[in-house]
Amino acid sequence: MDRFRMHILICGGTGCKASEADGVKAALRLSIEKNGMSREAQVVTTGCFGFCEQGPIVKVYPDNVFYVHVTEKDADLIVKEHVVKGRPVESLMFHDANDGASISEHRSMPFYQSQVRIALRNCGIIDPEKIDDYIALDGYQALAKVLTEMTPEETTKEIIDSGLRGRGGAGFPTGVKWETTRKAQDDKKYVVCNADEGDPGAFMDRSILEGDPHSVLEAMAIAGYAIGANEGVIYIRAEYPLAVERLNIAISQAEEYGLLGEDILGTGFSFKIRLNLGAGAFVCGEETALLNSIQGTRGEPRVKPPFPAQKGLWDKPTVINNVETYANVCPIINNGAEWFRKTGTDKCPGTKVFALAGKINNVGLVEVPMGIKLSDIVYKIGGGIRNAKKFKSLQTGGPSGGCISTENLDIEITYETLQSVGSMMGSGGMIVMDEDDCMVNIAKYYLDFTLEESCGKCTPCRVGNTRLYEMLDDITKGRGKMEYLDELEQLGEVIKDCSLCGLGQTAPNPVLSTLKYFRDEYEEHILHKRCPAKACKDLLRFFVIPEKCIGCTLCARNCPVSCISGDRKVVHEIDQSRCIKCGECFEKCPKEAIARE
Amino acid sequence: MLQTLQSADGSNDRPTDEFDYASLDRYIDSLTDKRGALIPVLHKAQSLFGYLPVEVQSHIALKLDIPSAKVFGVVTFYSFFTMKKKGEYKVDICLGTACFVRGAQKIADALCRELNIKVGEVSEDGLFSLDALRCVGACGLAPVVSVNGKVYGRVTEDDVKSIVEEQMVKDGERR
Repeated sequence: MDRFRMHILICGGTGCKASEADGVKAALRLSIEKNGMSREAQVVTTGCFGFCEQGPIVKVYPDNVFYVHVTEKDADLIVKEHVVKGRPVESLMFHDANDGASISEHRSMPFYQSQVRIALRNCGIIDPEKIDDYIALDGYQALAKVLTEMTPEETTKEIIDSGLRGRGGAGFPTGVKWETTRKAQDDKKYVVCNADEGDPGAFMDRSILEGDPHSVLEAMAIAGYAIGANEGVIYIRAEYPLAVERLNIAISQAEEYGLLGEDILGTGFSFKIRLNLGAGAFVCGEETALLNSIQGTRGEPRVKPPFPAQKGLWDKPTVINNVETYANVCPIINNGAEWFRKTGTDKCPGTKVFALAGKINNVGLVEVPMGIKLSDIVYKIGGGIRNAKKFKSLQTGGPSGGCISTENLDIEITYETLQSVGSMMGSGGMIVMDEDDCMVNIAKYYLDFTLEESCGKCTPCRVGNTRLYEMLDDITKGRGKMEYLDELEQLGEVIKDCSLCGLGQTAPNPVLSTLKYFRDEYEEHILHKRCPAKACKDLLRFFVIPEKCIGCTLCARNCPVSCISGDRKVVHEIDQSRCIKCGECFEKCPKEAIARE
Repeated sequence: MLQTLQSADGSNDRPTDEFDYASLDRYIDSLTDKRGALIPVLHKAQSLFGYLPVEVQSHIALKLDIPSAKVFGVVTFYSFFTMKKKGEYKVDICLGTACFVRGAQKIADALCRELNIKVGEVSEDGLFSLDALRCVGACGLAPVVSVNGKVYGRVTEDDVKSIVEEQMVKDGERR
């Protein structure tokens, strides 16, 4: 193995790749060669660093210097200054939003300071396409430990004792799932990994699979040993080509090393893993729908009980865990349940990964201890609201979750507290909304999503959610009636109570939570036909303020439907009958002479 | 049967398309376990032909020895599978929540105007198709548009025109 004086780590996650990280990588390599440093420094592609807002991110070891927004043009500068001369490039470092000071180490950045990395421990550190990197950081040690030192009972007990709960959203104790499946009597059992991350705006699982695929494979093998299964299936979204590719590489490397396959480490235990590609159905994130999909049928959920632990894949006892849950397993086995319980709260030990996005300064992937305050995530880690706007709501749990208002920002995150305020943990999507977001419109947006993704098997979900949507649509278009508000609430509760699976049972949450905390916005839409956030197009009207208009014609030239008339230096006028309310004129006007109400 | 299926979904299968099943058949024959194989086979077929018209579905049904109604049921259930041929430039607009709150709907509207099609449609010349996606996972770059997999981040309404024009120029050079 070659030894290098310096390692230049570049993020190979989807976010950074989309910001041309591949070009930066090539430029860095070229520059290293050009400057005769090929034997001194190497470029390593890693998984996601988490700080997607600042991508592409480059990190230089051993100096531990963190560069942000690196472009191809910067590659030469980094190599010539930092690699050759040993002088870190200050201009490319992260600059504190408040005082403008440059921060070279990621540990000193507010974004990273409150984070604790267990599930993401290797993301951004190792090359996900090299098993040796993973092994160097205790990889496959946990598997070796359970196979040689622990019985399946002891392995399961360790997970039960750790208090690990399902990170897919519902928070069911993982160890209990394993225990039930272990006790089920059958000749064949399965281990399934749910990597069907469909929640829009969430990318936790993808980052783990892209950045540290072996951690999931190893944990699945451990689960297999614990429950007595020798076959594992990863059900992954087809929309994640990079994660699929890296998993395939990881599986073949692990097989080559004898860490997966027949007779692992000479212990007689065999375990195989294969991938199963999803095909774009959100409901397949529900475990029984997922099993049906693996079996090659429509992904419609099954009636529970029987639970998958008793009758799962091909009617055999099956353990299904989410990606992030598996990512926590190896550290628990290596360090013990007691160690894991030191982080988080008593009922919810450990950490949770959130994909922080929306109207927030620091968009990215964060892993925080359970029990942290929501406000700490928004303001300390997230750096507050973009463009100095006012915070309005925090949405967790995606289409199954709710909108949390300012008054509840100080709650400590656990499965229970989030539910008590009408939302849920969900898989970890966290979207921040500001004063420009209309909560009725947001509720409608989620309902639209649910409608499209409902499988249609049960009536409450199929018909009930359609009715909810119709009412919301009426309200956003100025046709709402006050009695709708009660109807929304009643119907929402019925859908929650009567739906077959988790999708329907949680679908009304966005409506119910916004009704609870932002009822005034609903009333404003209905009573005064006004959208306070000015987001509902049909309730908007654009017009020219004659005193301010200088007749520059910019609005008329940009209007996509040519409904603005007026000569040069003459006050313009918008033809309301033809206006499509796109807002183009409003944004283009240099004199703020276009008003909307 | 085939006739009814075709008219029911209103798909625009072009009768001129011919399908060479050799590669698909080899793939199906190579599968040791045909149990649960339908979805992987459909993935393979779509990667070969670009879409899954009824004709292809019937072929798969015969090969796997399952009812073609079942194949149709699965194809129409999953949004990843399409019975319509997509444009040469597949334009996708992300309507995931992160993009949505950062104004993706406006970008979608602008794309519709620029391409003169609705979301889910293909332009008359077959050059462009426009689809809405739910989260590409590049939320840090919201709002996001992708063309044949290439991701454009922090897109503004002004960018839409240049993104489309870039593809037009590419197309011109190619021809």
